[in-house]
Order: sequence, then C-alpha cells, then structure tokens
Amino acid sequence: MAPRKTERILNLTICLLVSGRYLPKSRIREAVEGYHDLSDAAFERTFERDKDELRALGVPIEVGSFDPMFDDEPGYRILPSEFELPAIDLDAEEASVVGVAARVWQHASMAESTMSAIAKLRAAGVEPDASQLASLEPSVSATEPAFEPLWHAVLDRTRVSFTYREGATRTLEPWGITSSKGRWYVIGRDTDRDATRMFKLSRITDLPKRISRPGAFAVPEDLDLRSLARSLAPKEPTAEAIVAILPGKAPTLRRRGELTTSSVALPVGFEVVKVGYSDLWTMAEEVTRYAADVIVLDPPEMRDAVITTLERVAATTEPELVS
Amino acid sequence: MTSQAQVRRLLSLVPYLREHDGAAMSDVAAAFGITTKTLRDDLSVLWMCGLPGLTPGDMIDIDMDAVDGEGVIHLSNADYLTRPLRLAADEALALVLALRTLREVAGPGERDAIDRALVKLEAAAGDTAAGDQVSVTVTAARDEVQARVNEGLLHHKRLDLTYDVASRAETTRRMVDPLRVFVLEGYGYLDAWCYSATALRTFRLDRIAAVEVTDVDVAPHDVVLKDLSHGWFETLRDSPLVTLDLQPEAAWVGEYYPTEAVSAHPDGGLTVSLRVTDPAWLRGLLLRLGGRARVVAPAGAGDSAAEAAREALAQYRALFG
Repeated sequence: MAPRKTERILNLTICLLVSGRYLPKSRIREAVEGYHDLSDAAFERTFERDKDELRALGVPIEVGSFDPMFDDEPGYRILPSEFELPAIDLDAEEASVVGVAARVWQHASMAESTMSAIAKLRAAGVEPDASQLASLEPSVSATEPAFEPLWHAVLDRTRVSFTYREGATRTLEPWGITSSKGRWYVIGRDTDRDATRMFKLSRITDLPKRISRPGAFAVPEDLDLRSLARSLAPKEPTAEAIVAILPGKAPTLRRRGELTTSSVALPVGFEVVKVGYSDLWTMAEEVTRYAADVIVLDPPEMRDAVITTLERVAATTEPELVS
Repeated sequence: MTSQAQVRRLLSLVPYLREHDGAAMSDVAAAFGITTKTLRDDLSVLWMCGLPGLTPGDMIDIDMDAVDGEGVIHLSNADYLTRPLRLAADEALALVLALRTLREVAGPGERDAIDRALVKLEAAAGDTAAGDQVSVTVTAARDEVQARVNEGLLHHKRLDLTYDVASRAETTRRMVDPLRVFVLEGYGYLDAWCYSATALRTFRLDRIAAVEVTDVDVAPHDVVLKDLSHGWFETLRDSPLVTLDLQPEAAWVGEYYPTEAVSAHPDGGLTVSLRVTDPAWLRGLLLRLGGRARVVAPAGAGDSAAEAAREALAQYRALFG
C-alpha cells in the first residue's frame, strides 16, 4: 500500500470535483500537493497514470477547454452530477436480499467488487441487513483461471484470443459469461468463423489474451444468454428408448418418461417406460448405473451397449466361487 | 491491497461517515468488510486530504482523539463528498450476479424483492453495466417445491419430504426440520434434521419430488452446520478415502469431483483419491464408467459394482437369451 499515492489521487479527485470549470494541467500541478516535488517529466507521467486509475474506477474525468478566450491548453474537471451515485431507495426487503448477496461470491476479486458496491450503497443510505434471511447461503465460485480475464473482457468489450481443447486458437468478441451446474461458459462472436459460439472455461488451456482496445465491439441489444446457452448446448432428445424400471427405482429416469407397454415377458413388478434421448451411449451409461433395476428393451443397439458395459464392470473383480 | 482499492473505499467512506456521525470503529469496519487496523490506516490517509491548498481549514477534519480514545469516528469539513461515486461495471455486475444466484433458491417473496432491487440497481448503474451480460443457473427445486421449502425454512416449520435418493436410485419419504438452504458449485441443497436417519442430512433441491409444510414447529437440534467457505473439500473431510485407477476415457472424473490426490499416467489415465460418503454412490459411478475405472484401495470397495453388473447380466440373459 502506498498512502502517499492514495492521498495524491484523492486530493486530485477533490480538486477536480470542486473546481466547477476545466482546470489546466499547470494549475492542477500547483493545487495538488503530491505533484509539487516532481520534475516536469515525472509529473506528466504521474498525472497520466493517476487519471487512468481514476477512470478505471469509473470516475468521469472530462477533458475540455478551460478558457476558450485565451488558451487552447486542455483542462480537466469532474462534474458532481456525473460523479455521484443517483438516488437509490431500497425498502427493508430489498435491502435484506442485497445483504445476502454481499456474501455470495467465493472468488476474491469478485467478492471485493461486491463489497465495494455494497459500501457505495451503504454510503448512499441503504442499510443491508441479512439477519432475516440468515438461513439462506447461496454461493458462487469461479475456479477456472480463464474466468477473470474473460470477465474483464466482457465488462469492457475487449476482443480476446485463447487456446481451446486440442490446441486450436480461437478469437472471440465476448458478449457475456454464464454459469450452469457450477461450470462457467463464455458466449460471443467467434471472429474467425464469423459465428456465435459458446466455450467452456475449464477447456480453455491458457490465459485469454486481450487483443483489442476496450469497446472494440457492440453486444447485441437483445442478448439473452440463457436461451443462447440452451441453443448452443447439446441437442434435445431426438430418439426414444423403451426401458423397464422397478417401481420406486431410478426416479429421475422414470419421471422423464411416460408409461407404455411391451410384449417382453418381464419379471414381476417392472413398469415399462418410454424415454427420449439424444445420444445412445450417454443414455446407455445412465442406464448402466441402475444395474438390474432398469432393463433396456429397445432399441437393441442400446441394450447391447449396456450389456457390453456391464460385462466390463463385471470383469473388474473375480466373482465369488459358488460351490 | 492496492491503492486503487483504497481510493475506491475512501470515496465511499467519507459520505458514509458524514451520515453516521459518531459511528463505532468496529461497526464501520464490519460494514466495509475490513479490519479496524485497515480502517485506522484509511482514516490517517483521509486526514491528509482536502481542498486544494491544504491549509488547516481546507483539510477533512477527523477527531483522532475520539478514534484512538473511545473508538468512534467524527468526520467533518468534506461537504464536496456527500454522495458515493456511481457504481462501476465490475461492482454492478458482481452484485447483479450474486442477487441472481440467490434468486435461484429464493421463495416467491424474496424473488419479488430481488427483482425490485435489480431494477433499482440497474437504474442507478445507468449504462455503465448491462445486466444481461452475466447470468447464472443453479440446479435447484421446481418453483412450488422451492416456495414450500423456503416457507418451512423461514417460518421454522417441519417439512414432509419426498426425495429421490440418487445413490440408492429410489424415492423415499421422511419428516425433516429445515435448517439451511445453500448453493454450492451450481447446485442448490437443503440441510435438515432428518427424523428417519435421526441425523443431519443434506438434500439436493432438484431431487425433492414433493414437499408439504406441516403445522409442527421445528425442534431444537444440537448440530453444527458445515462451513461451506472451502467448498466440498471441507464438508467431505471425514468420509473414507477411495483410490481409483482411471483409463483416459474416465479421466474426467478427476476434473469433475473434488479429489485429494491425483497422479497422471503416461497414457492419459489418472490415479485419483476421493472422499466417498456413500458406498452406493461409488457403485453407481463404477457402473457408469463401465470398467474404465478400477478400485485400487480399499480392497473390495469395487465388489458391489461388479456384483450388481453380474446380477443385471443374468437378468438380460434370462430375458433375451
């Protein structure tokens, strides 16, 4: 931490905030104490960096002509109306859900951003109080290394490139970032393929690189991440299997299907169910999990797939000898 | 901490302290999620700031005697910082995403409050942040189940729960006292005292097939809910460790489940050790992996999967020859 630097940047902010008119650099250099001892070159560098840091925090520093009658040296100011958080009035229930949201992020820099947002709301008179909802503990984490660079690229609309799965380099204009079943996905325009694409962050094998200036592209106005994610995700069921299930067993499979009949002479108690599937091997894997509680009747290729899989599992240990 | 993060905090701290004159150091530190030591450092910095010129009359005035004596803060002479800085994109979107995560496991009343708060936040953030650029889906209960679970939770009523036990692949019915609803790694869960098991149990919300809220108040239970801040690792720590040899096609298991030790084979396979709370879960996993995983230790942990496979094969032979 550098208290002197913090002081200087804060004094610069106050100086630009109270001036009301555009201040030329020379005047700022006199007014802000932290600039006094610097050489001309060091002042130029430091002032530029300080401005960049403030803008990165969202401080709206305007550049304009401070006095058009005399000089064309640019001046700087911060308009209080642009700087200040607009009035925000949350009722007790709204403040209480915001209080719960404060502890949701398990990712350090995301938690810091959330905390900082809540600090602003508190400073604007909101009193987040999560005690009413203490028994709700939602959390969201992001362990993929690609998350943070992509999050920032989404925020400031910067084009990125990264290596995906088998080593292919992809170039993406990231429109948005979305999480499902605890995994993160980025959606945007793949500029090499000129198509909308979705990438799973855990399959990105390097750190995404920023390859454009911020604001390099526009995000579609009607962006709907959830429906895009659905449409880009694996296909909906396209085929149907007939399976027999023991009542009360394999409930998730049972609930997806509907009752039907079969001519196969089944052991007592089995129910015959028709279930949709999109990939034969994925469905066969799911059925294999239930062993003797689920029997595949149709299609025969799926039954063969399940039997082959079961045989491999059976071969992992020696059967006990029955004398 | 970077000076940027400190600048950002100080710009909120000044208007906050103006509104909360005489606030205790500990309360302010808690409100800002920092230690009192950090807060004391912040005040020292603020004390050196003020209007251009920085004559004593220009400086932000903080009663340092009160800070170091009674531990309370009086700040004045900062009339130009009455409001916090507007929300930056990272702040707005992190908060929006946190609220949306909560929304996924909230009851109807909280959902309304979240939707209202989101509208107000997006209005306050203006065009710096587009909320539709981030989204989160939690695998949780159907709406009517969620509403009842939360009703029981927030009003402390016993629940009559119909639940699909994945590892045993069957549906069960039991009475439970709801204690907590949480989200971890994309799935919603209910922690509850289960009267069938007479123990604390964790239920996946999407596997609750049906639930009724009873008139019975929840009883006090002497249980400690697990600390979730380190993910599943901590919550599973007391369960037995199982070591598996995974062929390359099954190596995804090492990425998908929390593992304690992983070593790679030259062919792309893995040896992993993972905590197994329920032997039936392990049996289901081994069956699903279709022989592409073998149990290394403890001996015999894979027997029930192989036994179940042989039983199923016998059934197929009887039916189809």
